[in-house]
Amino acid sequence: MSNQNSEPLSGSVPSAFLSSFASSPMSRRTMLMGTMGAAAFAALAACGSGSTSTSTTGATAASKASGNVSFGSNQSDAVPKKAYADIISAYQAQSNGVTVATNTVDHNTFQENINNYLQGAPDDVFTWFAGYRMRFFADQGLAGDISDVWSKISGESDAMKSASTSTDGKQYFVPFTTYPWAVFYRPSVFKAKGYTVPKTMDDFYTLSTQIKKDGLVPLAFADKDGWPAMGTFDQLNLRLNGYDFHVSLMAGKESWTDQKVKNVFDAWRKLLEVSQPDSLGRTWQEAAQSLQKNEAATYVLGMFVGQQFTAGADRDDLDFFTFPEMDSNVGTGAIEAPIDGFMMSSKPKNAAGAKDLLAYLSTAAAQEVYVKGDPTVIATNSKADASGYTVLQKKAVDFIGSAKNISQFMDRDTRPDFASTVMIPAIQTFIGNPKDVDGLVNSIESQKKSIFAS
Amino acid sequence: MSERSVEVPSPTAPLRAGRPGLPARSGPRRRRRSTADRITIILMVAIPSIVVVGLIWLPAISSVVLSFTKWNGIGNLTADNFIGLTNYQNVTTNYPPFWPAMTHNLIWLAVMFLVATPIGMFLAVLLDKEIRATRVYQMALYMPVVLSLALIGFIWQLIFSKDNGLLNAVTGSGIDWFGDQRYNLWAALVATSWRQVGYIMLLYLAGLKAVDHSLREAAAIDGCSESKAFFRVIFPVMRPINIIILVVTFIESLRAFDLVWIINKGRNGLELISTLVTQNVVGEASRIGFGSALATVMLLISSGFIVIYLRVVMKGDR
Repeated sequence: MSNQNSEPLSGSVPSAFLSSFASSPMSRRTMLMGTMGAAAFAALAACGSGSTSTSTTGATAASKASGNVSFGSNQSDAVPKKAYADIISAYQAQSNGVTVATNTVDHNTFQENINNYLQGAPDDVFTWFAGYRMRFFADQGLAGDISDVWSKISGESDAMKSASTSTDGKQYFVPFTTYPWAVFYRPSVFKAKGYTVPKTMDDFYTLSTQIKKDGLVPLAFADKDGWPAMGTFDQLNLRLNGYDFHVSLMAGKESWTDQKVKNVFDAWRKLLEVSQPDSLGRTWQEAAQSLQKNEAATYVLGMFVGQQFTAGADRDDLDFFTFPEMDSNVGTGAIEAPIDGFMMSSKPKNAAGAKDLLAYLSTAAAQEVYVKGDPTVIATNSKADASGYTVLQKKAVDFIGSAKNISQFMDRDTRPDFASTVMIPAIQTFIGNPKDVDGLVNSIESQKKSIFAS
Repeated sequence: MSERSVEVPSPTAPLRAGRPGLPARSGPRRRRRSTADRITIILMVAIPSIVVVGLIWLPAISSVVLSFTKWNGIGNLTADNFIGLTNYQNVTTNYPPFWPAMTHNLIWLAVMFLVATPIGMFLAVLLDKEIRATRVYQMALYMPVVLSLALIGFIWQLIFSKDNGLLNAVTGSGIDWFGDQRYNLWAALVATSWRQVGYIMLLYLAGLKAVDHSLREAAAIDGCSESKAFFRVIFPVMRPINIIILVVTFIESLRAFDLVWIINKGRNGLELISTLVTQNVVGEASRIGFGSALATVMLLISSGFIVIYLRVVMKGDR
């Protein structure tokens, strides 16, 4: 399962051109990496060319969809790959002649190569994420306008529509699945020890004292991969400063040296006292296992934390509550729930077919097939049948449905270069040395200025 | 060097005495070359040249050019993209990971040069002594070099892992070897030395095998001790190999990348110039101009070493 991949930078297959920069003229690696990159290019090019021969008829039929649509999928793991295959065959059964050629690329490789992919020969429809990550490519003209598809879509809420809308007011994205970030815990542990779900941060600290006394870690924590701690920052910022400030901060419009941001880091320093230590050497999977093994009482993560639990009784003993209130004027109305979905390339070979497929993917029927295979996400279409959902999925539906504002995730809400080259090192520096907040925010702000200026 | 040793016994040598720059088989025999020969030679020179220029020089030069731009990899490069030295200014003054990365690269170089390489050379000298089961030792020491990186990362994870690692289990310490900034560079250096030792050992052993036995015998007859014979006789004779070892050590240290990337993608105490380049250039970040500026810094540093190397080699030839 790969919906946890908020990871902005990983894997190591660079493009031929770029990789050569990294080497000295004498280095053997230049050649090796160049060859690797070239191979990756060739592979992507091959993906695109699969449909060229068959889709020429589709391009002319503007009104009636037909022909072949190429579909670029990053769902390379067995379970979601199978779910996609089922959805595609269900689509073809009712599509009146539109056929789909799916090209599955390894999840990380897909994300790494997205720039080259979209500028090369992209598939007509491809998997991507909502938020700034979608707008970034839409603004560059690398994604196709699908506003007319949205006129046919039903069951997707206005929040979903606005998450699919770019800066120019047009839609470029079709939402598919989503999942909430929250505080996860074991109801059995809470019951056995007599803990109650904390409503405010003060409650949480009182509870933490008790948890510590019982020999457990109050809050599991891991940031070896660099991105999971972004979620903690988001939660603290949403609770202390609210949704509007958060969005505006992510968009580069607020100053990081603002006292409001310092307050977030100060609050985080206090939270670190009850968090699992040595987080920089731990992966989120390991932290999730400490929750699973009842060594830690709670964990702030996305619902994909459930992937570390065995299906059945083990996973049924997993629940969540919203991140506790920190300021009663701000409340807990804002939550974080990243949306995964699909986009259309800017020059699809078969536009009519691509739009037909996108419209189908937004339906409850298509999404139901997928969420059955992956119980850590929920369908974005409100008409999706929830009767097959697990208890956790049902709770996630209510949680997201009742939220006042929904943010995506730091690396989906801001520029990718800012998230990966500034915020990951900054947050890791903070975790290593939580005392120097002033130096940290000054450094973030001055780097932000140089990045957002370009 | 090798070219000259071929030329000496050649009967045509005196004829070419005044034209040292020409290749070995030029001169009077040139006219006898068939068209097929000529085409072969042209192809053999042209193809590698094109490959070298296309795959090494062009990317290196474009990298330098791009380092003066703010290009993000999307669309074409236009005049607007050129921003002068801004990237270099940002790299040195507005990018916290840069100076730690420079320091780490230097520490890396020092440890490779002062610890790993001498150990590898020492092991080679020991194994050259025809001790029993020398091949078993050679294999064991060379093994890390042939293992895949994924496997090496896994092996060291088993040793250094905080909760389940061998090292903490044996010593009873609770140190987070890969997560704690105070230790992770040194942990990575141990892991990388493990490979470097085997690599240097094999290179040096090959050189030692080629040393003329009569030299050692002469030294022994003259009453040289083992160590004296090595430092006064063998080591100077091995000069070409020594230079290769020196260069291999420098280049391997400067381009150190794979191991730290496997550990934590070169963050949190394991920053190296190479990982910063990758973080900025590859993937969604696409700070290509900025990353190129970092790559150019690395290029300049390695060029410095290469120039020194070439000067030493050419001086030796004269």
